[in-house]
Amino acid sequence: MDLTFSPEEEAFRAEVRSFIADHLPAHLKGRIRRDLGRKEDYLAWHRELYRKGWVAPSWPKEYGGTGWTVTERYIFNEECARAETPPILPFGVSMVAPVIYTFGNEAQKKKFLPRILSGDDWWCQGYSEPGAGSDLANLKTRAVRDGDHYIVNGQKTWTTLAQFADWIFCLVRTDPNVKPQEGITFLLIDMKSPGITVKPIIVLDGVREVNEVFFDDVRVPAENRVGEENQGWTYAKFLLLHERSGIAGVARSKKAIERLREIAAAEQVDGTPLIETDEFARKVAEVEIDLTALEFTELRTLAAEAKGKPPGPESSILKIKGTEIQQRITELTLEAVGTYAYPDAHAFGDNEYPVGPENAVGAAGVYFNMRKASIYGGSNEIQRNIIAKAVLGL
Amino acid sequence: MMDFSYSEEQELLRNSVARFLADNYSFEIFRKVSRGEPGWRREVWKQFAELGLLGASIPEQHGGLGGGPVETMIVMEAFGRALVLEPYVPTVVIAGHLIGRVGSEAQKSEWLPRIASGDAVIAFAFAEPQGRYNLADLGTVASKRGGGYVLNGQKAVVIGAPFADALVVTARTSGERRDAKGVSVFLVDGRAKGISRRDYPTMDGLRASEITFENVELTSENLIGAADEGLPLIEEATDQAIAAHCAEALGAMRVMQESTIEYAKTRKQFGVPIGKFQVLQHRMVDMFMAVEQSASMVLMVTLKLGERADARKKAASAAKVQIGKAGRFVGQSAVQIHGGIGVTDELALGHYFKRVTMLDALYGNVDHHLARYASLQPTSGNQ
Repeated sequence: MDLTFSPEEEAFRAEVRSFIADHLPAHLKGRIRRDLGRKEDYLAWHRELYRKGWVAPSWPKEYGGTGWTVTERYIFNEECARAETPPILPFGVSMVAPVIYTFGNEAQKKKFLPRILSGDDWWCQGYSEPGAGSDLANLKTRAVRDGDHYIVNGQKTWTTLAQFADWIFCLVRTDPNVKPQEGITFLLIDMKSPGITVKPIIVLDGVREVNEVFFDDVRVPAENRVGEENQGWTYAKFLLLHERSGIAGVARSKKAIERLREIAAAEQVDGTPLIETDEFARKVAEVEIDLTALEFTELRTLAAEAKGKPPGPESSILKIKGTEIQQRITELTLEAVGTYAYPDAHAFGDNEYPVGPENAVGAAGVYFNMRKASIYGGSNEIQRNIIAKAVLGL
Repeated sequence: MMDFSYSEEQELLRNSVARFLADNYSFEIFRKVSRGEPGWRREVWKQFAELGLLGASIPEQHGGLGGGPVETMIVMEAFGRALVLEPYVPTVVIAGHLIGRVGSEAQKSEWLPRIASGDAVIAFAFAEPQGRYNLADLGTVASKRGGGYVLNGQKAVVIGAPFADALVVTARTSGERRDAKGVSVFLVDGRAKGISRRDYPTMDGLRASEITFENVELTSENLIGAADEGLPLIEEATDQAIAAHCAEALGAMRVMQESTIEYAKTRKQFGVPIGKFQVLQHRMVDMFMAVEQSASMVLMVTLKLGERADARKKAASAAKVQIGKAGRFVGQSAVQIHGGIGVTDELALGHYFKRVTMLDALYGNVDHHLARYASLQPTSGNQ
């Protein structure tokens, strides 16, 4: 048993830290925390990492991965969180790409992987539908084969940042006469295809984070089908498991607690910093202790992975606890800023000073926004169902 | 880094302690021994020694195996699964650690081999009726007389004292009642003149004593470490004990979780196993998560016991908070899901529930450790 970093790992950390210091533009530091940002904000950082060869650490080396050890990937994530870099959005790099390089054919790998890596293609995820949320297998978007094409009709929803997307990966129904899970196909669809309409959905903090995507007789070349027809559910499940590592968000939550402490140190309660009042100090201590436990749960998963054991259904715990902690931190931050939680940050223009202390800006917005975390990616109740069935055997 | 695997020796230790307990420590035996006299088994204690458990963390030159916190964790998790009654933590973890760390050469060569061989049982007399969880709140006083000391005072809930050969006793040698400075640690013969005990069983089947010291005469050779400087030592020793008891609680929680799931798969109501009901499934998943998070914290604290004092204290407090909360939740849920049978003395479950519940009150409960954690400097976010 050992938890100390080797000199090589420490040197790696120093290299990552100095790369970020040299290449992260000042205006991007923490930007995505304050608001959703612009397409260009994400892409600017994506391209910096691409030029360095660091954009997809988890990919196999032959497709452009870094060949890092599990520990190096962990250090890299820690350093990005510490520096508050924009995140690398998961939809291309860590969701559709692993499906393509695991189940796709050579032509698909050649066509899509390099452009995901370079950031030339922005991907979004077409899973949920109005009638298929937690019961995802009930999806109705229909794809009917017509010669070399599929004709797609239906609607996807909660599609994150679809307004920026060049491509969407979709689960579509190709066989309505079998068990729901057995008639689903995994399609890659060009967002510029005629018949696609994207409509914004405004979420609680007033931003357009998600969308509805409508398909009206959209013609999709059959060559854009990944794997076998009617096997899409298998690939979707693979993707869900694949996405578990990193979902705990430990490093970013540590940073968020650090900021929460700063805010609570500046707030005064009868002349005493809020962070020094027993009640608040204990609330912060509790969430920090929860996070420590989660950090070690993730380390155990990663250590097992380093020994060749792929993450199993027990990693649902990382999603549940990770999002519960993220939400708790936003809740405490909202409490900490006091009355200056009130102003709507979006009411102030880019070149205008908002009212109240700088660190109070957006606290309420983030709190409301983060209610999504226990709903997306398979709600935390669905995660509990998965553990009950697959781990506990109930 | 990021290696949580056991060495070959550790794997062997784990297997041998598990096998021994499976063969020799059934629930029926636990119940019989805990309800009879003297409330522990000396022959089992000697067998622990033969298996190398008592010397696991004692240096090789003193008859031990030279292991450390990981070995203690392995032993204690297994002990938690079997509801072991013998006073391992006060003897091996507290006394073994204190003597090994700051004892004189004479103390080391006299006591460490005796601990490792099972010839000495040592209890830890630290708590006092008025002191709650403050280790420095001491009414017990050791006053200087000639070249030695005279010990007077009262100690509360000294686990294992009825059969202890010696006691590790904390006492004030200078300063005011709660001062950090002026605390000293003594190793006192359990049969010394002036010691009187009131022995009793505890809620979880152990034996403990209220102890009164009346003009007990000590020499400077009874002192462990430097006079007046004992508080950091006992803080370190109790953090070691906290880690050990967290591992014990983990073992007990695992048994409660496993038996609850087993029960939910077989107990039928409304024509189906009760494990089919989602409301119970989710509660069992929450138990599972609480146990896994506890397992993570046990590893965390075990691996951080060697760090500087502040980091070690934070780790111990964090673990104690997690295990305290998880213990209560897992125990209460296990009893609830078992229904009526869960509140009977006949079922093993309730005895695990008791053991884990009582552990929260040992070396500081959740509230105490939350406050201690919050009072320590925050560790910086990432490095």
